[in-house]
Amino acid sequence: MNIPKDLFYTKDHEWARIEGKTAYVGITDYAQHSLGDITFVELPKIGEELKQSGYCATVESVKAASEVYAPLSGKVLSVNTQLAAHPELINQSAYEKGYFFSLQISNEAEKANLMDASAYERYVEGLAK
Amino acid sequence: MLKTPLYNTHISLNAKIAPFGGWLMPIQYQGILAEHAHTRKRVSVFDICHMGEFMLEADPSLSGFDRIVTQNIISMPEGSCRYGFMLNEQAGILDDLVVYRINKTSWMLVVNAATTPGDYAHLKKNLTGKYNLKDISDKTGKLDVQGPESLDVLKSIFGDGLSKLNYYNSCEFTFQNQRCMVSRTGYTGELGYEIYISTDYVVKLWEVLLKDSRVKPAGLGSRDTLRLEMGYPLYGQDLDINHTPLAAGLVKFVDLSKDFIGKDALLKEQASGPKERLICFQADSRRAPRHGFAIFANNQRVGTVTSGSFSPSLSVGIGIGYVCGNYDVGSRLIVKDAGTEIPVVVIKRPFISKTSLLGTATIF
Repeated sequence: MNIPKDLFYTKDHEWARIEGKTAYVGITDYAQHSLGDITFVELPKIGEELKQSGYCATVESVKAASEVYAPLSGKVLSVNTQLAAHPELINQSAYEKGYFFSLQISNEAEKANLMDASAYERYVEGLAK
Repeated sequence: MLKTPLYNTHISLNAKIAPFGGWLMPIQYQGILAEHAHTRKRVSVFDICHMGEFMLEADPSLSGFDRIVTQNIISMPEGSCRYGFMLNEQAGILDDLVVYRINKTSWMLVVNAATTPGDYAHLKKNLTGKYNLKDISDKTGKLDVQGPESLDVLKSIFGDGLSKLNYYNSCEFTFQNQRCMVSRTGYTGELGYEIYISTDYVVKLWEVLLKDSRVKPAGLGSRDTLRLEMGYPLYGQDLDINHTPLAAGLVKFVDLSKDFIGKDALLKEQASGPKERLICFQADSRRAPRHGFAIFANNQRVGTVTSGSFSPSLSVGIGIGYVCGNYDVGSRLIVKDAGTEIPVVVIKRPFISKTSLLGTATIF
């Protein structure tokens, strides 16, 4: 299971890479593996205001559809347009080419609600038991 | 939950396992898309040991067997197979099945896993006179070998004689001195074979098949996308006791010239026209319709999706569902769920036009 040390995580298996006041967002390697082959993604619109833990995207695999929740509140700055034609990038590169969108963080204090890599690793291990 | 003789093999292959029809079955190994593509291009082997098999020794007309199945059983040549239905008196579908005529008085019936006990009870209830019915499901392993290269692969196991086996025919072969039955049938739309062998030998046969570099294991996930691309129905989703073969558009598997249970109700429905009809539709996007989604026409709910998925071959969503009213090929509909709206167009089945089976033979 790939859990990069420099990212932050949610219980719903989203990750956030925080670079200054910008957060890049996607779903974790655990999530993409659980979903299987990803076939469709619906992303938020640029400029949309997201709330922490609020719905922000839908990801579909061959067998099911799942909702994705924003790890932090903020305004959507950019979306990964590659995913429309190549949603499989999420399976191939969950933390890099398969990122979903970036947002301008509106409340840095919310970072305290996220898990670091070691906490997320323990959380995922707990789910397996 | 029941397990097939191959359960430990699936675990060792890191298969994702999930419940299906009362069984713990492999859903995927490498991934549904890869397994789907491999079946369309080369050869896949599927563990289908969960399905039910009955052996019946009976004169079809004297035992009432011909009345229990919608296809004409009496006219079947020895060694042939036919797809058909068992109906209740209201013409509701109790199950879809394949009947194998082994010889003049011997038959094998292949039924769905979840319906096996009910099917057996229905047969016992309606068979009369002299007959011998046995549920051989526990002793029978079943592997489906499907794909354009399936004949070449299986000839190396069963010999060149397999080339003579025609579509929807079966023949006895041997594997390691063990008798087994091979039929040229399947549910993927590709050239393929279904092998019935003692559960004691099914793991060995699986292992021999996988030693061939052309063959990969495939799970029920890709089996579902493969059958859906062909517009083949799945019992429990597209077919059930509340729908008739007429509503499902499958009346070609019903011989209306003979007597069978449910015939009167079916004729009545034919005269008035079925309330619902099963249609096939294709989405404009990669978004997949799902089982249970509502179907809308002109802002009115007209039906329900019974099967839906992303089509790996077409890279768009496809589905099957029942609708009230006539929606011809080309009709535009909306498939909806909370927050999701998928524009679709009604198309004729199958969804795809080129496979190793289409062009050579097809039952649907």
